[in-house]
Amino acid sequence: MALDKNQIAQRIAQELEHNMYVNLGIGIPTLVANYIPQGIDIEFQSENGLLGMGPFPFEGEEDPDMINAGKQTITTMPGAALFDSATSFAMIRGQHVQLTVLGAMEVAENGDIANWKIPGKMVKGMGGAMDLVASADNIIVAMMHTNRQGESKILKKCTLPITGVNCIKKVVTNLAVLEVTKEGFKLLERAPGVSVEEIITATQAKLIIEEDIPEMQF
Amino acid sequence: MINKVVDNIEKALEGVESNMTFMVGGFGLSGIPENAISALSKKEIYGLTCISNNAGVDDFGLGLLLKRKQIKKMISSYVGENAEFERQMLSGELEVDLIPQGSLAERCRAGGAGIPAFFTPAGYGTEVAEGKEVREYNGKPHILESALTADFAFVKAWKGDTAGNLIYKGTARNFNPLMAMAGKITVAEVEELVPAGELDPNQIHTPGIFIQRILQGEKYEKRIEQRTVRKRE
Repeated sequence: MALDKNQIAQRIAQELEHNMYVNLGIGIPTLVANYIPQGIDIEFQSENGLLGMGPFPFEGEEDPDMINAGKQTITTMPGAALFDSATSFAMIRGQHVQLTVLGAMEVAENGDIANWKIPGKMVKGMGGAMDLVASADNIIVAMMHTNRQGESKILKKCTLPITGVNCIKKVVTNLAVLEVTKEGFKLLERAPGVSVEEIITATQAKLIIEEDIPEMQF
Repeated sequence: MINKVVDNIEKALEGVESNMTFMVGGFGLSGIPENAISALSKKEIYGLTCISNNAGVDDFGLGLLLKRKQIKKMISSYVGENAEFERQMLSGELEVDLIPQGSLAERCRAGGAGIPAFFTPAGYGTEVAEGKEVREYNGKPHILESALTADFAFVKAWKGDTAGNLIYKGTARNFNPLMAMAGKITVAEVEELVPAGELDPNQIHTPGIFIQRILQGEKYEKRIEQRTVRKRE
């Protein structure tokens, strides 16, 4: 069965490594914080100026001066630090943040990502996404495999205005885990009960499939 | 000690005119100069260019100026929370320059720091790079981004002193220290204004040299955009 959003986040959390600084985008990526594996220390960076982001506050303890990049009220962890936006993006561009997880409207087999604009329809802006994808060493995309019309979001080439070129490393969808290689998308894992054929059908890009594709483990 | 205090918001806004460029601090609704925005939204000034990470919501923050069509052009990174903004932009009434957030922050910092331009990897190969010089450093392409300055910068801090020194609180700091540096006239409004000497010099975020006018804001609503909480166990 295809994964739900929480399960996508849970699978991405398996990519976290001890002592990593991580930036989580809005949407599914935010949920990754709920599944940090036991025994692993992670610090979350929020690009509006916080390192060491904690969970949502208890009711009645919300502070308008303490929000994340999605403008949600949050808390700080022991050892947290606060700073201005230029310092925040120095951490990002300077590659001090080691992992970026973000959502996408489209990804392409050359590693391009589009997630900020639908011409004539939706223009919300790129926020920090262009700085993040241009700089991070490791970028994982969390997304549904197809859009609401059932069309593939895993493409040969992006059709929407792109956010960054040749930058994403891995894609985790409700159907599969894909690695971006020089030759294109390599299928690494499939969602429990989802067949390789179903993944091929839902994917517009060419897939590199070597031998047996294992199911994701939770 | 150079005294930067002005008596009221009207004095703080002296000299603002139509067609000027303003920087407005804040991220979402956090750390926005509420009192300055509110007073600007009551003035007969139009054709403004506003540099601000976001554009407020429909009835608060810069949304108040948008509603009265005082803004001609917005320079921002993310404007997703404002329906009126989206309408004006898609209909072509409002000119919008969307900039990657890190580039926006650095362009303000550069403007205040006397750095006319810099190369950044952000936006390379995208619409943002159109018409901009590209250079390769360390085997990676970068685009040339220019500094931003403004006729007025409006910033908000938690505490300030009469010399213009500022301390911010929490994530309400965001763009405020950068914009404070980049205004020809920077107006700082604070929740609490104290005599010079009361703030610990070790704790100052923005030194008073960057501030021309300071005042204690009359009131703060400090609206929360997305109230998210967890249950007590």
